[in-house]
Amino acid sequence: MTRSSHQLWRFHGGLKLESNKAISTQSPIVKARLPKRLVIPVQQHIGEAGALLVKKGDKVLKGQVITQSNEYVSAPVHASSSGTVIDIDEYPAPHPSGLNTLCVVIETDGEDKWVELQPTNYVKTKSPAELRQLIRKAGIVGLGGAAFPTAVKVNPGPQAHIETLIINGAECEPYISCDDMLMREYATELISGCGIIQYMVSATHCLIAVEDNKPEAVKAIQTVISEQALHTIEVVSIPTIYPTGGEKQLIKVLTQKEVPSDGFPSDIGLLVQNVGTAVAVHKAVVLGEPLISRIVTVTGEGVKQPQNMEVLIGTSMSELIEQSGGYHDDACKLIMGGPMMGFTLQTDHLPIIKGCNCLLVENKPEETPATMPCIRCGACASVCPAQLLPQQLFWMASSKNFEQVQDYHLFDCIECGCCAQVCPSQIPLVQYYRFAKTEIWSQERDRIKSDHARVRHDFKQARIELEKKERAEKLRKKKELLEKKKIAEAAAKNDTPETEVDPKKVAIEAAMKRVQDKKAAKQTNNTSSDE
Amino acid sequence: MSILIAIIVLATISVFFGLLLGYTSVKFHVEGDPVVDKIDALLPQTQCGQCTYPGCRPYAEAIAAGEANINQCPPGGETTMLALSELLGIEPVPLDDEHADAPEKTVVYIDEQTCIGCTLCIQACPVDAILGAAKQMHSIIESECTGCNLCIPPCPVDCIHIIPVKIEPETWRWSLPESTVTSPKA
Repeated sequence: MTRSSHQLWRFHGGLKLESNKAISTQSPIVKARLPKRLVIPVQQHIGEAGALLVKKGDKVLKGQVITQSNEYVSAPVHASSSGTVIDIDEYPAPHPSGLNTLCVVIETDGEDKWVELQPTNYVKTKSPAELRQLIRKAGIVGLGGAAFPTAVKVNPGPQAHIETLIINGAECEPYISCDDMLMREYATELISGCGIIQYMVSATHCLIAVEDNKPEAVKAIQTVISEQALHTIEVVSIPTIYPTGGEKQLIKVLTQKEVPSDGFPSDIGLLVQNVGTAVAVHKAVVLGEPLISRIVTVTGEGVKQPQNMEVLIGTSMSELIEQSGGYHDDACKLIMGGPMMGFTLQTDHLPIIKGCNCLLVENKPEETPATMPCIRCGACASVCPAQLLPQQLFWMASSKNFEQVQDYHLFDCIECGCCAQVCPSQIPLVQYYRFAKTEIWSQERDRIKSDHARVRHDFKQARIELEKKERAEKLRKKKELLEKKKIAEAAAKNDTPETEVDPKKVAIEAAMKRVQDKKAAKQTNNTSSDE
Repeated sequence: MSILIAIIVLATISVFFGLLLGYTSVKFHVEGDPVVDKIDALLPQTQCGQCTYPGCRPYAEAIAAGEANINQCPPGGETTMLALSELLGIEPVPLDDEHADAPEKTVVYIDEQTCIGCTLCIQACPVDAILGAAKQMHSIIESECTGCNLCIPPCPVDCIHIIPVKIEPETWRWSLPESTVTSPKA
């Protein structure tokens, strides 16, 4: 309906995929039951984890902040419901590694009692900086999946001028429908959130981009816009091509502009936010509620009742599956995220985190496609939305040529999986890119660490050298002192060799003299008496 | 006559360039050996001495002097060897079999119950990663430890143990897909 009003462009490559979204959009969003136990990971975002503000045994209220950080790129985490902190320890995290991460475990008391909230009635009485602070305090991160702290993203710097705010409701990945349902049911909140962000970055207009396979969402938003007679916000229906929801791809479709390879959308006057994030901003600013829940699509052929659920952060995935009718007998694979970019989970006893938009249960027995050698057909390059050379990247990554792979812009790869999808040899290309990326990051960390070690080693060497010198100096001084003393003594001896009289000797001599005198006196006495 | 002119011209030119070269060699004199710095920058700085040299810099100097091979650094593994071969333009040399794979990164920790506070490990540590004083308990600053294990031999009570560096989700690495790509048999 609005497509004609806004000119659209086309990004390179991409695929038309079967969307499979309808299976989870048949019923409205269901509120998940309050779980008995919430496991809340401390690190759910890109950036630094905050320091814990609670300890074991503490009572917490719903929305109470439990971690805080002074780092700029960070987001606090809140208690999703009221209850008692029963444990703070490492628990398995929803991460491709399956490793453990520090979590706060809260036993809920069933009261679901909020902390005191501070709503803002008139948004425009606050300055953008104050609003950013509110968003930061609410712990909002990008809900599209990347989980980058929103307060950082909406502050592109004083020199950046944001012309257009783009609200990303494309949701291009098959099966996922949480943004679709959110737009249908929370259109008013969405528009409010868009208005707040638009005011914060002083963008002249705002485009809400929705793929044309979600007419209900477009209609819902359109209704709110015309009701409120908003002129600067526009909903744009865009063609359904995967991965049009990628930030750079969406920008290309809407504006024909391209984001520089190592730049940000703000460099070309744009800011992109996910629809879920916009609703979270509305909640944080207008209602004062921190980010403690999100909408999660539970879907796939392996689950009995696919649906969208509003879930408290920290709820176990197994409970969501159970509330969605449980697994079908032939369910075989649980994926967090969509079929293209998601990753397989080993267990469903994992908490829902801020960046988790979908739980996909597949039922097809996992056929391990026989990987064949690359035949250099170039199909991957023709579908790559980042206009990279996937084949070259593959060769370089598999031969661990990490320098060259970066020259071929590995880090512009958004891991959309189009190349692997079309590869006739079934090569798991994205895995090679992920391998190369994490390997390069690891080498970078090692390099920083070795530089640090070199500095410390040099410092230690210098210190030892200095200590040695100091000791030698001390020794030399002592020796000098000793020699001086000796010389002085020797000189003294030379000065008075004879004059010096030993009092003992004198005494002895005196005594001997006395004795001799006595003897002499006696003798004289005797001779006189003899006479 | 013309030959005299030629000789004079050539002599003047050679004197001029001689002076120029002499001047530049004094003016732009480089302290130390820049190649050693470049090699040292690639070494992992564990200062462990497994290369048979007393630290990373001495090893770098030995490589620069052509006395040492580039495959003698076990902590650096293949990555370091390849980087060195690229820097120096020499053919890669296979590592000794036992160090073919990059070894697992380790740090040490002190069993503080057993430690007697002798300070021997503190003196052995090349990067000052051990905290303590005479007759006081010692402990390792894990973030500074390079995993060189030089503190272990001097310990009289064997209270220092090697532990692998803990892998966090942030430092975890994807593995290379199993080499499913095989060249078609001829």
